[in-house]
Amino acid sequence: MEVSRELNKQANEYISHYPNDQKRSASLPLLHLLQQEHGYINEESMNWVAEKLDIEPIHVLELGTFYPGFRQTAPGKYHIRVCRTLSCAMAGCYETMEKFCEVAGIDRSRVTHHNPIAVSEDGKFSIEFAECLASCGTGPVCLIGDEFYESVNAENVAELIEKYD
Amino acid sequence: MSAVKKQTEDLVNVQVDGHWIQVKKGTRMIEACKQASAEVPHYCYHPKLTSPGNCRMCLVEMGMPPRPAPGQEAELDNDGHAKISWMPRPVIACANSVAEGMGIRTQSTLAKECREGVMEFLLINHPLDCPICDQAGECTLQEYSVEHGKGESRFLENKVKKPKNVDIGPRIRLDDERCVLCSRCVRFTREIVDDDVLGFVDRGSHSVLTVHPDKPLANNYSLNTVDICPVGALTSNDFRFKMRVWFMRETKSVCNGCARGCNILISSRENKIYRQTPRENNEVNSSWMCDSGRLNYHFLESGARLTDPMIKKGKSHETVDWPQAIRRAAEGLLKYKGDEIAIIASARMTNEELYLVRVLADTLGTRNVDTLKCHGEGDDYLSHEDKRPNTNGAKVILKLSSPGSKINSIKRDIESGSIKALLVYGENIASKGFDDGVLSNLKFLVTSHILANPTAKLSGIVLPGAGYAEKRGSMINATGRLQLLNKAIEPPGNSRDDWEILQDLNRAMDGKDFIYELADLFSEMASVVPALKGLTLSGIGEKGVPVIETGETIPLLEREAQRVKQGLIAG
Ligand code: SF4
Ligand code: SF4
Ligand code: FES
Ligand code: FES
Repeated sequence: MEVSRELNKQANEYISHYPNDQKRSASLPLLHLLQQEHGYINEESMNWVAEKLDIEPIHVLELGTFYPGFRQTAPGKYHIRVCRTLSCAMAGCYETMEKFCEVAGIDRSRVTHHNPIAVSEDGKFSIEFAECLASCGTGPVCLIGDEFYESVNAENVAELIEKYD
Repeated sequence: MSAVKKQTEDLVNVQVDGHWIQVKKGTRMIEACKQASAEVPHYCYHPKLTSPGNCRMCLVEMGMPPRPAPGQEAELDNDGHAKISWMPRPVIACANSVAEGMGIRTQSTLAKECREGVMEFLLINHPLDCPICDQAGECTLQEYSVEHGKGESRFLENKVKKPKNVDIGPRIRLDDERCVLCSRCVRFTREIVDDDVLGFVDRGSHSVLTVHPDKPLANNYSLNTVDICPVGALTSNDFRFKMRVWFMRETKSVCNGCARGCNILISSRENKIYRQTPRENNEVNSSWMCDSGRLNYHFLESGARLTDPMIKKGKSHETVDWPQAIRRAAEGLLKYKGDEIAIIASARMTNEELYLVRVLADTLGTRNVDTLKCHGEGDDYLSHEDKRPNTNGAKVILKLSSPGSKINSIKRDIESGSIKALLVYGENIASKGFDDGVLSNLKFLVTSHILANPTAKLSGIVLPGAGYAEKRGSMINATGRLQLLNKAIEPPGNSRDDWEILQDLNRAMDGKDFIYELADLFSEMASVVPALKGLTLSGIGEKGVPVIETGETIPLLEREAQRVKQGLIAG
């Protein structure tokens, strides 16, 4: 797998934070780097990490599949994460989710535990539920990319989506 | 009332279910319970592997004597031991060690409730397909459910579906729904055979065991994971769906795949072998064996098995009965004198058989006696480069300092015509340089084999022998340990146990009295072979006895001993 020069440099920098015989500790930071660059991680990127850290690929696979924060399929240009934990659920996040899908043209009918991300046909938006985003008082909340929005009710979804193109 | 035994340097007093025992310092609680014959149910714990403590099945109640306040004496119980104050929470017995004065309760209400709880969780997503599961009958999930389970389910939701019948390597299938995530298989591949290919992916109730997509579980020790899997999640392609375990008879024997001599259990029913599994011997193979040795038994079922003695007539062989075959073989050999005769025996033969070869050679007066040297690939675990199980037996019994060293001169003498008669026992020499061109110089060739092969084809007389699982006898492995083979099944057709064939051949020449028991033959041999002096066949026992010093060590056992020393495993 090809990675950019900068990514490689950054990866080496992270690896240097750990003792030489414990390079494995850099697995998580490296996975994050790859996800930032590619939007998600796949088998290839996990193998790249394993090779880079000189560890067995199964260890990276175990790690990469453990955290829902790591996406294993490609998201759209803008990735939306709607909180569904208790407070947000009570504040109406399921309606928010439905509205997002309607406005962005996303079909969530094929979403499963193993494949939580749904992408719009034009590839512009993708969406998934997330667990508590730590702003329970102002639910429903969501993240679009790295931007955080509070009190996202079904009514203001369309307006929000318009900001992105 | 038992008197209090003093704590010594390396022993501590521990109370298990009300009884005080002394165990070695540093002993795992679970092992201390075992010593006190108190069973602690467990899944993830295996004495040869590290203890991750992840299944929680081994929870027990634990207590320690409280530290007395300054100036106060410890309060004593009726036995004179310091009174134990019990902890309100359970602890896992597999990963914690004992301490002086510790109390363990394996049968208290707390311990029992813990087991019930753990069992209930384990069964939540379990498919309960025991009726079609190979593990049924030797499954600890089944056993503990009966003993420690609730008997009925309170679970109202849908079970999580997981992958079934997953091909994770050439010899193993995985059923993820049956897996209890104990990680024994993962630790085996990591810690014992350095082939880190298994792992758990995903999390929570979706967690599954998996093999890395690019790296199948294909190492030569992979089937050991099937043995240590406490449930039916890992099954052997060779054994699955073939036989219910409770129908099989288990025979303790020794693998004949190489000079290691791994101790095994042969499971058979109605004269058919269904599987072989390792039998623990901490001086030989620990709890493991290699896949090639394990699956080696199939050659015994080969269609090429020789089932009748045969004599060559023109270009083909015809079947004869044993008395005729033996008489003709004896006559054929007796036509020649001393070194006109050669014997090529095999280090696949038992000591008793080799001893009869030695007697035969003495009767015939030949010094041309040797075995073939058969080396192949060994490894850093168990598999030995010497692919014959009894080379050391051949050394001490046939008095060969270097087996195989006379083979070339025997070949030369056959070619020159000075050796005229040859007896080959259990080796297909035609594939080892003794081709038609060499063997056609002989006046007389008698051989014994298990399978039809080119050597048999060239022989004047062919004597069909028995395979390693079809006979009893002793062998000496690479580290000089005398071990016992036991008979699991009968040899097919009219083929016979080799010591009987060889004895018949001997008696046809020397006219001495017959020996009717293998044990008596062993004793006769022990009286003339210094290394076996004073031993008896029954004295060999299930785990063998060391008889010669070979200076060899077993790499896998060395590493295990190291891990025991480091406290990583109980051993
Ligand atoms: S497959 Fe068997 S040994 Fe491996 S984790 Fe599952 S239950 Fe344990
Ligand atoms: S290591 Fe040798 S003796 Fe042990 S199982 Fe394998 S072939 Fe048999
Ligand atoms: S529940 Fe949604 S932010 Fe905490
Ligand atoms: S045996 Fe699994 S936690 Fe102790």
